[in-house]
Amino acid sequence: MSVLRHAARVAGKDLRIELRSKEILYTMAFFGALIVIVYSFAFPIKPELVRAAVPGMLWVAIAFAGTIGLGRAFDRERENDTMRALLLAPIPRLSVFLGKMIGIAVLVLAVALVCAPLLALLLDAPLFADPGPLLLVLVLGAIGFANAGSVFAATLLKVRSRDVLLPVILYPILIPLFVAGTSATEAMLAVRPDPDKLWYWIGFLGIYDAVFLVLSLWVFEALVIE
Amino acid sequence: MAALDKVEIHKLTKRYGTERALASVSLELQAGAMTALLGHNGAGKTTLLGIVSTLVRATDGTVTYRAGSTELTGEDVRRQIGMLAHQSLCYAELSAVENLQLTAGLYEVDGSAKAIAAMLDRVGLDAKARERAARTYSRGMLQRLALARALLTNPSLVLLDEPFTGLDRGGALALGEQLGILRDAGAIVVVVTHDLEAIAGRTDHVAILRRGQLVFEERGSYSYEQLKDVYHRFAN
Repeated sequence: MSVLRHAARVAGKDLRIELRSKEILYTMAFFGALIVIVYSFAFPIKPELVRAAVPGMLWVAIAFAGTIGLGRAFDRERENDTMRALLLAPIPRLSVFLGKMIGIAVLVLAVALVCAPLLALLLDAPLFADPGPLLLVLVLGAIGFANAGSVFAATLLKVRSRDVLLPVILYPILIPLFVAGTSATEAMLAVRPDPDKLWYWIGFLGIYDAVFLVLSLWVFEALVIE
Repeated sequence: MAALDKVEIHKLTKRYGTERALASVSLELQAGAMTALLGHNGAGKTTLLGIVSTLVRATDGTVTYRAGSTELTGEDVRRQIGMLAHQSLCYAELSAVENLQLTAGLYEVDGSAKAIAAMLDRVGLDAKARERAARTYSRGMLQRLALARALLTNPSLVLLDEPFTGLDRGGALALGEQLGILRDAGAIVVVVTHDLEAIAGRTDHVAILRRGQLVFEERGSYSYEQLKDVYHRFAN
């Protein structure tokens, strides 16, 4: 499949640049960790309160840190007008979208994997009692975030006030994803974990990702070509 | 894939909202010819180049890309296009070699160390700089890398948008020379520039745009004085 081969090439390029500069990853991880630390001071460590509040804390940290990374990942394509080079290449333009999306999803997942252990450590939250479903929820959340985020970040690439506009446009679209992510995490952390609720929201996240992926692939080219 | 031998631009119109950037522009670009696309800022040159490069959608009109009796579209057209702009279109964090390897991968052309070294030799990029991140390059070195990137894919349609900006006189003349070589090799070369001296004596076709309209078009070689003369008569 040439679409996937070229998408892997675009994602590999992004991750290679990031591994070299570590600019986005460090900024996102530092900001995510900072949010978690602020929460750990702001909320009393009471077991019942922690179980109720930690899911929201985790997903808010992912949303805020993720937005920073998203903006910067696309800003990088503006610097030498490299987005134009990607769109000019004789590859399906969907590959460009998928490649950028995969690169961002990896970064968002990396930040989630920094924030979750920090929350477990600082707030004594039993996040890793059953790490498998948690990882699945975080992977699906990262994909959904990167998916919707890449479409809007690419669309706003040439807009002057994109840094302000991106979260304003993006967060309403991401509300279902955050509701699902928070609810699934909450089902895991409950005193009596609720597997039915957990798998319902995991299924919801999967459907959200699939629907948004189809929509994104459909509109991406129309949005990036002037 | 056969090389392009003709690009037919037919009644091209582009509007941005109520703003008209191009008004029914028709041109024919031929293989082995260098077209100088001239005009003041805002005349529509970059928009026209954007549409020909497939990155801007025309409001009306068509661009037809012909390779012999075949009409190319989509990815087949983009495979034939080499773009050189004021910006390098290269990643600052990657070295010259890595940038060219990426381009070779995307275009599925020879990206071997030998082929890349030969291309960097051709554009005269200092051998010591090739493994360094492109962000450490001077403007001239960056433009050489951009040229290497554009030529690596052996394009038959070379589009240049203000390629001489920021280059010293020597760099501009060397770039002009490379464009001449491309033209002689049979490529369609289109240059948008204000630097008439750099293209003087090399163009075979001059087109001048004013407020989105084609106000002058003629084939033939133009000296610097002649270019200056038609530019002042028609662009103003």
